[in-house]
Amino acid sequence: MPVFLVFVITLFGCMTAHAQPEAFPSTYAAPPAHPTLFKNATILTGDGRRFDSTDLYIEEGRISWVGQGDTALDTVVVDATNRWITPGLIDVHSHLGVYPSPSVAAHSDGNEATAPVTAEVWAEHSVWPQDPGFTRALAGGVTALQILPGSANLFGGRGVTLKNVPSTSYQGMKFPGAPYGLKMACGENPKRVYGGRNQSPSTRMGNVAAYRSAWIRAQRYQADWDRYNQAVENAAEAAADDSSGASVASALLTNTPPRRNLELDTLAGALRGDILVHMHCYRADEMLTILDMAKEFGYRVGTFHHGVEAYKIADALADNGVCGALWADWWGFKIEAYDGIQENIALVDRPKGGCAVVHSDSDEGIQRLNQEATKAMLRGNRAGLSISPERAIRWITLNAAKSLGIEEQTGSLRTGKMADVVLWNQDPFSVYAKPLQVYIDGVLRYERGNSDLNPQSDFELGQLLGATQ
Amino acid sequence: MRTFYFWLCVLISGLISDPVWADRLLIINGNVLIGDDGPASELDILVDRGRIDAVAEDLKSVEADRVIDAKGRIVTPALFAGITAVGLSEIGMVYEAVDSRLNGLDTGRMHPEFDVRKAYNPLSTVVPVTRVEGYGYSLLTAAFGDRTIAGQGSLVRFDGGFDSFEGKTTFYINVDGYSGNKIGGSRAAHWMLLESVFDELSVDDADLTLISASGKAALKAARRDGLFVFRANRASDIHQALLFSRKHKLNPIISGGQEAWIIKENLASTGVPVVLNALDNLPGSFDGIGARLDNAALLHEAGVTVLFTSGETHNARKLRQVAGNAVANGLAYEAAVEAMTSLPAEVFGGKPRMIAPGLRADLVIWSGDPLDVNSAADQVIINGVPDSMQSRQTELLERYLPEEAGLGRAYINP
Repeated sequence: MPVFLVFVITLFGCMTAHAQPEAFPSTYAAPPAHPTLFKNATILTGDGRRFDSTDLYIEEGRISWVGQGDTALDTVVVDATNRWITPGLIDVHSHLGVYPSPSVAAHSDGNEATAPVTAEVWAEHSVWPQDPGFTRALAGGVTALQILPGSANLFGGRGVTLKNVPSTSYQGMKFPGAPYGLKMACGENPKRVYGGRNQSPSTRMGNVAAYRSAWIRAQRYQADWDRYNQAVENAAEAAADDSSGASVASALLTNTPPRRNLELDTLAGALRGDILVHMHCYRADEMLTILDMAKEFGYRVGTFHHGVEAYKIADALADNGVCGALWADWWGFKIEAYDGIQENIALVDRPKGGCAVVHSDSDEGIQRLNQEATKAMLRGNRAGLSISPERAIRWITLNAAKSLGIEEQTGSLRTGKMADVVLWNQDPFSVYAKPLQVYIDGVLRYERGNSDLNPQSDFELGQLLGATQ
Repeated sequence: MRTFYFWLCVLISGLISDPVWADRLLIINGNVLIGDDGPASELDILVDRGRIDAVAEDLKSVEADRVIDAKGRIVTPALFAGITAVGLSEIGMVYEAVDSRLNGLDTGRMHPEFDVRKAYNPLSTVVPVTRVEGYGYSLLTAAFGDRTIAGQGSLVRFDGGFDSFEGKTTFYINVDGYSGNKIGGSRAAHWMLLESVFDELSVDDADLTLISASGKAALKAARRDGLFVFRANRASDIHQALLFSRKHKLNPIISGGQEAWIIKENLASTGVPVVLNALDNLPGSFDGIGARLDNAALLHEAGVTVLFTSGETHNARKLRQVAGNAVANGLAYEAAVEAMTSLPAEVFGGKPRMIAPGLRADLVIWSGDPLDVNSAADQVIINGVPDSMQSRQTELLERYLPEEAGLGRAYINP
């Protein structure tokens, strides 16, 4: 077999939907971290455990141990007596950067509201890293967050998971190895935006028809690539045993791979499970429709977002392994949010396998995820559900990490995970709780009252000069 | 069907034996914040026919129709919910059920006589949703529609009455950059129009062009005994509002006030109150570049009267959290309590709202610190009557809390 032909086969064999050179790769690299020992803290591990008067040790950017163990000679010791420690908080639903502060029209980059299906757009290409909201969220203990497109479209595009570190580029914030999200939306928003222009969809049935049409195209696209990849494989095998002229025919076939399509790349990635589906959906009946549709097309819904009626179908969500990313108390702003109750999060958390997540969707709420979780815990307890702090903290740590597919890297204080850690002045389930220190990959990124460790965006420099108190 | 939650509510409601009107209600063992800027103290409260009759260390020997043992829990006056459209907006984006703004009315005039009280619906689901969280009153807003002067409202009491308004007639004036851009392309257009409108107060009715005769009458009356809420965040806009108010002898209040800390001395010396959202700490627009978490603390220290608003209507119940965050960022606790209870009534001319003899008994017994997110209202008392503590949301909970539903949730009727 000619060497050239082997080369051609090998080259095209690599060029599948899976094997493109990585687009816009993360350039985040944690700087060296001091080994740090937190002495005598109350520790909520994020995976349901609580330790009182206990030590935590982090080294080389990783959780080393909780309890007792060896420490390095140059360890920084933090007295955490009367302090509380939790994993870094994670917000699965943020528009920081894509709807930044100040919210001027030219900063409005969260909705490509020009067609109901825009799976081809990526939220990261709209992220303005200088949004001051990132630094405020850091002061609130947020160490990782997913930036999503808005909900104007049925398929809004890809979401991106970021480390909450200041950077001149979003690539410098991009969480290494985190899967992409696909933002989808149910209900009022898409049908209002497009129905208002006398376009489809203008109804909920129009919404569902359009999702299904898109999934059918994505299935076909995936099948084209599967067939092509199989042909490449066959050709390679035939070439290897040099059995017949079939190898040449197969090789020729591989000269014409399917044409790449950005929209269908994303949708096919969701069908394969490489991209996690994050679906904005309020009403219980609509969420059940979506779960049926996912079965029809063989994909998984990862998380329903907002889910103001999720409490009505908490069992179905748990049975299907779907998380509910919810608000503590926001309701009534539109009719699909009319049935909101403050026990929603606690009720989604109740069934075995329930995955409740407290999300913000807000540049204010993201700064106070602990307060939002407190309200949800309180309402659960007042309804008789007996929710402890060590359970509730999961809603803003490990469950959020699961929703984003980063639970093996962060979200709890398990040995070997990223040292994303918050030191609180007190029990975090209170309006008076404040992060004193926030560590990302073991690096102290924020310290309350220390101007050297209070990052500011470029935008905030030189403002209000002369406005002294 | 009575659920666990129902019985829990009964349990935490204390020793209420009879869910109807009682002439004399006695609350014992309260840790009472009377609504001024003082600390809590252990007191009993006797209520007689809707009014507070006595507040003293030991009233346990007094005969009463009903006794509630607060068991050391905090008792406060019913809270202020902020500047809201509670009762004016059933659902935010269902526009035929939202009555808080005037727009699209092509008269070419401003209409200060536009009065949102005419649209107030005390049977809105939002009223009990707010009330059961410990809120007894609010300031009804005339929201920005498409005019500099948005209209008028006043305090409203969440007692279910159709006409439960009190206090001074309050006018809302938009002078910020966002509304200025919509009105004439500049916030300066607001001041141009406002000067012209106030010039017309001395013009014959027949010659009016910017306002109607009834609008003129409304503004003239307001200049005597009404209030003017200027919506402004930028320091320079607040400054202009103070100048304009002095020139035209208005009684101003600043709403928003994100940069009020920059001119706090001026606000203190003129005695102008600021109604702010203590969660504002981002430059959401170029009007709020100086937004900061300790705004309330800085203003209060300088002697400015500080009140809170959240900007929410359906979630107006969040205002306790707003006040708690102000405390977490330096505001004195007692100042925040006063700002959530008696001070708004004082500023907006309502009936006094403290726990003192002779005053109306709008009270709340709290499960914990009323400014913390880990507490809730255990029992609201309006006009001396314990509230049912039911809302559309508690009924939804009762329907969906049971794990078994028999023929379906539609058969579980609280």
